[in-house]
Amino acid sequence: MMRIAAGIVAAVMAAAGFADSGGPRASRVAVPTVKIEKGEACVAPTAQMRRDHMKMLLHQRDGTMRQGLRETRFSLKNCIDCHASRETGSVLGKDGFCSSCHAYAAVSMDCFECHTPLRQSRAAGASR
Amino acid sequence: MNPERRQFLGWGAAAAGAALAPGFSLIELARARSPQEAASKLQRWGLLIDITKCADCDACVTACHEENGVTGHGRPETDAQWIRKVSLRDKRTGYAQTLPLMCQHCEHPPCVDVCPTGASFKRDDGIVLVDKHTCIGCRYCVMACPYGARSFVHEAVSGQKADVPRGKGTVESCTLCVHRVDRGETPACVAACNRDGGKAMVFGDLNDASAEIHRRLRSAPSSQVRADLALNTGVRYQGL
Repeated sequence: MMRIAAGIVAAVMAAAGFADSGGPRASRVAVPTVKIEKGEACVAPTAQMRRDHMKMLLHQRDGTMRQGLRETRFSLKNCIDCHASRETGSVLGKDGFCSSCHAYAAVSMDCFECHTPLRQSRAAGASR
Repeated sequence: MNPERRQFLGWGAAAAGAALAPGFSLIELARARSPQEAASKLQRWGLLIDITKCADCDACVTACHEENGVTGHGRPETDAQWIRKVSLRDKRTGYAQTLPLMCQHCEHPPCVDVCPTGASFKRDDGIVLVDKHTCIGCRYCVMACPYGARSFVHEAVSGQKADVPRGKGTVESCTLCVHRVDRGETPACVAACNRDGGKAMVFGDLNDASAEIHRRLRSAPSSQVRADLALNTGVRYQGL
């Protein structure tokens, strides 16, 4: 009895392992493109940025909007300045820094309903 | 917290206040606000518009909409409008005047009173803004504003300016070019009027006795639009 149970557990674990590393999932959901276009280091360590970037943006947002604190370090504009793609000048699109990761994680973001996803210098150049 | 500790902290706070206050006032006089410094109640930004000099042009309107990326769809009924030229004509004498009208940045703004989410708010330095992050697009403020200064964004927007986010389903109005003011510049309409128009507009701190706007308001009569509502507007007119 014990041997059968152990066998089943082993089989399930093997199957799970295969599913994690195997092709089917990777081909269905595109792995995010993380391409850093500019700069040596981000405003905080990578692990912290991955976990907390939304908190930083939320905090900055309220300070800027309500009190007029315009320090650029954690501002959305500063994110876009470094992370916008060199080809499109945008953080959105198929390989966009923001959109590719958010598509992979299935988390919607509302920032760009109002904010421009284009790098500022690029946007200024395009409009002239 | 025991009483000794409380008193000690009280002394500390008093000392900090005494140390800060003189430096703070010096900074206030010396230069524009730094990016780390919050907007202050000591200031109140305002505009003075001399209608006798207001030429028959729309330099302010064009400059505003260019600066803030306000673009229309050729539908004047629903397109956003942050500033507009209003023509007045005395029916009996035929005397005609024209003036720019935008958000009057009231001290007691009705749009803030009616906002159910707190999205419509007045910044400490007197600029009335819409926080589009919390705006639900109910348009109560549009109806409450006696100046018709607010617009609703009916259609999806693209190509926004980086400093001026705009989006469908939110209300917007003149921000007194808050992004320029925070950099120590004047609003786009004022800059354009002084460059291309009749030099009719002055921007400044209504609380600063040394400012030109303060001097002009002190030395000549001025009026508020709908002064009967006692909203104490930040935009004042001369020659109305």
